[in-house]
Amino acid sequence: MNTLVQQIDGLARQIGRDVQLMEVCGTHTMVVFRTGLRQLLPTSVKLISGPGCPVCVTDTNYIDAAIELCRRPYVVVATFGDLLRVPGSESSLERERAAGANVRVVYSPTDALALARECPSNRVVFLGIGFETTAPTVAWSIWRAARDGIDNYHVFCAHKTMPRVMEALLKDQHVKIDGFICPGHVSVITGAGMYRFICEQYKIPCVVSGFEAWDILKTTTMLLQQLVAGRAEVEVEYSRSVNERGNVSAQQLMNEVFEPADASWRGLGAIPQSGLAIRSQYARFDAARALDVRLGEAHVPPGCRCGEVLRGVLTPLECKFFGHSCTPVRPVGPCMVSSEGVCAAYYRYEKRVAA
Amino acid sequence: MKHDRILLGHGGGGSLTRELITGIFAAEFDNPVLKPLEDSAVLVMSGKGYAFTTDSYVVKPYFFPGGDIGKLAVCGTVNDLAMQGAQPYWLSLSFILEEGLPLAALHKIVQSIGHTARSVGVEIVAGDTKVVERGKCEGLYINAAGLGRIQTTNWWGAGTVKTGDAVLLNGFLAEHGIAVLSQREGIAFTTRVVSDCAPLWPLVKAILDTGAEIHAMRDLTRGGLAAAVCDIAQAAKVGIHLDETTLPVDKEVRGACDLLGLDPLSIANEGKCIVFCPVAESERVLAATKQHPLGKEARIIGKVSSGPEGMAVMRTAIGGERIIDMPTGEDLPRIC
Repeated sequence: MNTLVQQIDGLARQIGRDVQLMEVCGTHTMVVFRTGLRQLLPTSVKLISGPGCPVCVTDTNYIDAAIELCRRPYVVVATFGDLLRVPGSESSLERERAAGANVRVVYSPTDALALARECPSNRVVFLGIGFETTAPTVAWSIWRAARDGIDNYHVFCAHKTMPRVMEALLKDQHVKIDGFICPGHVSVITGAGMYRFICEQYKIPCVVSGFEAWDILKTTTMLLQQLVAGRAEVEVEYSRSVNERGNVSAQQLMNEVFEPADASWRGLGAIPQSGLAIRSQYARFDAARALDVRLGEAHVPPGCRCGEVLRGVLTPLECKFFGHSCTPVRPVGPCMVSSEGVCAAYYRYEKRVAA
Repeated sequence: MKHDRILLGHGGGGSLTRELITGIFAAEFDNPVLKPLEDSAVLVMSGKGYAFTTDSYVVKPYFFPGGDIGKLAVCGTVNDLAMQGAQPYWLSLSFILEEGLPLAALHKIVQSIGHTARSVGVEIVAGDTKVVERGKCEGLYINAAGLGRIQTTNWWGAGTVKTGDAVLLNGFLAEHGIAVLSQREGIAFTTRVVSDCAPLWPLVKAILDTGAEIHAMRDLTRGGLAAAVCDIAQAAKVGIHLDETTLPVDKEVRGACDLLGLDPLSIANEGKCIVFCPVAESERVLAATKQHPLGKEARIIGKVSSGPEGMAVMRTAIGGERIIDMPTGEDLPRIC
């Protein structure tokens, strides 16, 4: 560990200017904060967090639509626990549950599918949020529902995919990124090859990282080495799990059920081909189509700066709500409530209140 | 967003629970005995100190690896008294039973209560039963109250922890919470983890018998170690500094926590406590703890400083430092 830190110190001196390395994975965010890793780095090497928390990048209108769904008497909403406390425009799923709505926390879409089997007279709607890491299991649940004829199972799909949003950040003039710490779990599925265009077109080094503090320090070293040498390549630090092509059967399953679609990201707006939609042959499992769910306008609470935090433009401490009117108990924006949110990480593990 | 109803998080033992207690209950019941909001009330009668406590048990499922709701009711109540330095003498138990509960299950639970109570020398001296319609409670709930006599001359509480104290922990963290969760429908996973559910009075007695100066004890139930140190740091207006490398967490417990996205520091224990005593006394207390079966894995996990006031911080394994935050109230109801 100390050797790595010394190596980073040396490389940072060679570079001789400030560098910003961005991770785009909620799990990486939490590892960085839980271990206090940033304090070991020289001040010129800054780790910043990007849009890697799936709950945080979900627009308010999706939460509003999920709330509208759970109020319908025949609907059971099944969700990962993380989404429960995220505020919509007026309420949250947690509050709706306390008021009597049928909202169940599940640990996988498989559990949601089992729930649909158990409750044939209800419509069970799974809230499909997440990146390539969760999308294959959701795809599997839809494929399985089709095979077994479980027609009361639906997915309200807002899945997003990784590489295009990274490109969108590079086109954004407000944030300077010198290298990407690429998400390990996503890359297990997709393969590391998908980041190559970022290196080639934008000359930004990309290193896929594992999830121990040691992995992230090693990744930082590899990125700095590329910067010193003037290289921009895809490298894999997390080589114990990630290869070039990824998990082909998971990709096939995703392809069978989903097709690439434009997606709307909180704080970033619409990004072409950055999400997944359920293919028309599976339309009866698509909550949006089968249950006629309409997305309204996305209302961001006035003054909430989660969007800028998600783009790495702003640190949570620069938001005047942070720690005052926005806390994990009474969150204003999703970055404070999600267990992988950047504001939650700052609040829980580092500094409490904006000056 | 204002909360206008009870949320599950209000029962989590974290900041929402505290809001409920101070905002609704303490505001109405305010009196000097209640004021410290300790796990037990300290009552003074004829110059002698007594600890008095009450607690309800709603754990689901009511049989879990390492215990059952009955054993838990005795241990939880005994531990609340023991943490005040009190030898537990008498318990009352109220049973809320669901129509249809198998009598064999009830019998087994009652036997478990008898066995646990005898093992620490406490008697069940009063009780009550109510039966509710099927579906109005899941199996059974138990409410317990306990009375014990304080065995020390200094009466302590969270507020009596002092700068310069050492923090001692008697063993592995988060076992009760993980053992119970592993049995839950929808989560069920295979693990060898069993609940650490145990009455702590015999251990506390062994510590008191050393004659060492003790400044406070706290059992690590809902909200785990994190809630306990945050609470004490705030009450005593001190900074509590823990060292991550000293915190004992079993491999399987850590694996389950990683899987479920939980922090072992905020998971419930039912046989673990932290003890605050001056550093000079800590080796003596540690030696006595390690000699006891409930303290074999005991260790010093940190110390108390004057700052940062009201906060608990931890030196991480890689040499960084981070805050230990009060859990907000996990979405894991009915753990005890």
